[in-house]
Amino acid sequence: MIITEKTRTGEYLSTVLKIILQRLALGLLTLFVVSILIFAAVNLLPGDFAQAILGQGATPEAVEAIRRDLGLDQPPITRYFQWLVGAVQGDLGNSFAQANFASFVGADSGNKASVAAQIAPRFWNTMFLAGVTALIAVPFSVLLGILAALYRNSAFDKFANMFTLSSISSPEFFLAYILILFLAVLNPVLPSLSNIYQGMGLGERLEKTLLPALTLTLVVTAHMMRMTRAAIINLLASPYIEMARLKGMSPMRVIVRHALPNALAPIINVVALNLAYLITGVVVVEVVFVYPGIGQLFVDSVKIRDIPVVQACCLIFAAAYILLNLTADIMSIVSNPRLRHPK
Amino acid sequence: MSRLLTMKDVWIEGRSDETWNPIINGVDLHLDKGEVLGLIGESGAGKSTMGLAAMGFCRDGVRISKGSVDFDGINLLKASAARKRALLGKRIAYVAQSAAASFNPAHRIIDQHTEGPVQHGVMSKSESERDAMELYAKLRLPDPENIGFRYPHQVSGGQLQRAMTAMAMSCRPDLIIFDEPTTALDVTTQIEVLASIRDIVEQFGTAAIYITHDLAVVAQMADRIKVLLKGDEVETAETRQMLSHPKAEYTKSLWAVREFKRPQKPAVHTSATPVVSVQGITAAYGKINVLHDVSFDIHEGRTVAVVGESGSGKSTTARCITGLLPPRGGVIEFDGVALPLDYRKRNKHQLRQVQMIYQMADTALNPRKTIGEIIGRPVEFYMGLKGRDKRRRVEELLDEIELPADRYIDRLPSELSGGQKQRIGIARALAAEPKFIICDEVTSALDQLVAEGILKLLARLQDERNLSYMFITHDLATVRSIADEVVVMKDGEVVEQGPKTDMFRPPHHPYTDLLLSSVPEMNPDWLSTLLAERGIDNIGDAAVGKMNQE
Repeated sequence: MIITEKTRTGEYLSTVLKIILQRLALGLLTLFVVSILIFAAVNLLPGDFAQAILGQGATPEAVEAIRRDLGLDQPPITRYFQWLVGAVQGDLGNSFAQANFASFVGADSGNKASVAAQIAPRFWNTMFLAGVTALIAVPFSVLLGILAALYRNSAFDKFANMFTLSSISSPEFFLAYILILFLAVLNPVLPSLSNIYQGMGLGERLEKTLLPALTLTLVVTAHMMRMTRAAIINLLASPYIEMARLKGMSPMRVIVRHALPNALAPIINVVALNLAYLITGVVVVEVVFVYPGIGQLFVDSVKIRDIPVVQACCLIFAAAYILLNLTADIMSIVSNPRLRHPK
Repeated sequence: MSRLLTMKDVWIEGRSDETWNPIINGVDLHLDKGEVLGLIGESGAGKSTMGLAAMGFCRDGVRISKGSVDFDGINLLKASAARKRALLGKRIAYVAQSAAASFNPAHRIIDQHTEGPVQHGVMSKSESERDAMELYAKLRLPDPENIGFRYPHQVSGGQLQRAMTAMAMSCRPDLIIFDEPTTALDVTTQIEVLASIRDIVEQFGTAAIYITHDLAVVAQMADRIKVLLKGDEVETAETRQMLSHPKAEYTKSLWAVREFKRPQKPAVHTSATPVVSVQGITAAYGKINVLHDVSFDIHEGRTVAVVGESGSGKSTTARCITGLLPPRGGVIEFDGVALPLDYRKRNKHQLRQVQMIYQMADTALNPRKTIGEIIGRPVEFYMGLKGRDKRRRVEELLDEIELPADRYIDRLPSELSGGQKQRIGIARALAAEPKFIICDEVTSALDQLVAEGILKLLARLQDERNLSYMFITHDLATVRSIADEVVVMKDGEVVEQGPKTDMFRPPHHPYTDLLLSSVPEMNPDWLSTLLAERGIDNIGDAAVGKMNQE
């Protein structure tokens, strides 16, 4: 008996491992395709870096010289593969904007100029903001969804729906200013500027991050809460829910113990999508709060045609989406008892 | 005996199309402690609704508009939700029709079992687990100490149904509502579940309402029987009296259904070419072989019934003959000529000759097409009729299946009853003017009276057109009434075949014998006699004794 249980678990683990490896390979393939798209799209941007930086003084010779220095005179396919090979080895290239042009002639390009060095602190800031937001938003939305399902069609349900829908429908900067008005201006409990820097203590960092995190919570709650509510209500007509009621279980227990475990897959998927949004789509909130995240860097780099940084940001965004969706897939598979405990 | 449940003048309504329609019209029901009441009727009679109302429970969109439900001095219709919750599961329990759907897929069986006693404060978790194992043993579940730790999908349907009965027993309730607990099971499994339920109800002196549409089943289980028809009570009587002297015409007609039997046709000449000849078919889904060397012949104007439990390969054989599942090996001949195994390689004439009628008319008819379009499609495709000719042909076909064309031709399937939908399925098959029709469990989803109508229709059409049928069923009563020859299948193999008269006369193959003897009979002593014959009486107690010794 024990042996069969163990073999079963073993089989299960190997199945899950196989699925994970398969999905990872597919994810890499997707990332490769996306990298082509990114490169093509960035190169289709009108204007170029040399023109932009030289402005009025853009003589054909000067433009040509800078283009040669940056390797922009090479054919696109060559540049793509140079970039790809570098990226695979962890070298995302050098930022145009931070470059000391003389150094291109010499040997040392300097650490400051590498894209990785420029992105890294911004990236961690973004992850920190996304993490804090997720810690607030995910439990809050799921709880709200459960309560809305429990008291469905009640005043509470309607209010929760209205509140989350209006917050998702309002522009993010508007929500941000409203929160600033109430939490920073009228009741100065939180700072309205989130200018965090390296070496800041965790407490202070949290305090400064709270307002943007709350703004983002308002933005992502609606989606997750409504999916939780819908996924649970969808199951309420199933015979096993009727059975739980007929066993005299309380409405809360019926929903949390009997409906929720079977509603996890769609909820996990929506959570993953919203987490991906928190990493890739928060530039407006960053700008409002002057938060030094990756979104601002991305927009700035597009403005000055700093191609290596733009490409690296896009690649990180794509990877975040792919990785989070992958995690969601695996978690919904694992949440299915039929797969966890095969016959 | 003292009174446990009294339902007086209960009226129940269901909401559909923005109005409240009656489901139960002023029915009285009472039950003494330890008594078993059988509630029977066709689908739509309101049996389940009545059973749930006995628990003071209504499904969404249903309400009790009038009447009273009194359980042991408590008015269930006036009691607060919390008060009712304290009774449900603890003093009144429910066993649902489909255990597979009614067990939560996310939790282990035993955790669902112990939930009631623990939440109601009757037992601790470990006490209840121990008790569950004893109940599993009493209900003759295999490996009672471990089976509870499995998930519902890891256990067979019959075992789950017993686990659900055990779950209903977990708080030792005074009353259990059994809602068609064996309808979804094979006859052989049904017997085990019936015996288990009866034993345990007797042992604990539990009162029960046993809901079913199967008279023979209720005859084994109930002390008293109440017959419902479209929400009205037809009659109530002690079981033996009801069986021997049914008063109402409706009750008598229910009894008579099983008596429809057509005479067996004479055996065909051995030299005759069969319409369909299946020779040594082997088939597989993926890597798993599901049919092994299946052979049988179907002659002109004859009905061959293919019987067996679910999973025995009956429908797979049909899929092979139609070419939907090309067999791995073997030959399928039609009128002595081998058919291409894959339906894509058959020509229109070959396709036309083999038609199929499905079990679930609901899913086999396109809900967005009118009846005229559904039947018109094969008329146009196979016979090449268009416009007025097509319409005339569709009207003829509707006439054949005894549905007035002018009233039905423009309706949608959703506006028809189950039996009428099945008739449309028959008309659609007839439209191709085939020589051979496969009927896959065509009466299984229908009530007995309606099913009888379908069987009579099929018999008439066969006589008029000299059709050949392959009739797939698990119901031996149906076999008795219409088959000429019988093929018994088990685990993808043919275990016995021959003329019907031989098949119902001993000696049989042991498996045929098991199938035949498992069909419930009207005799109220049938189950006890059978269990004694098979020597499986009180096995449950022996199992408990053995477990306790260990």
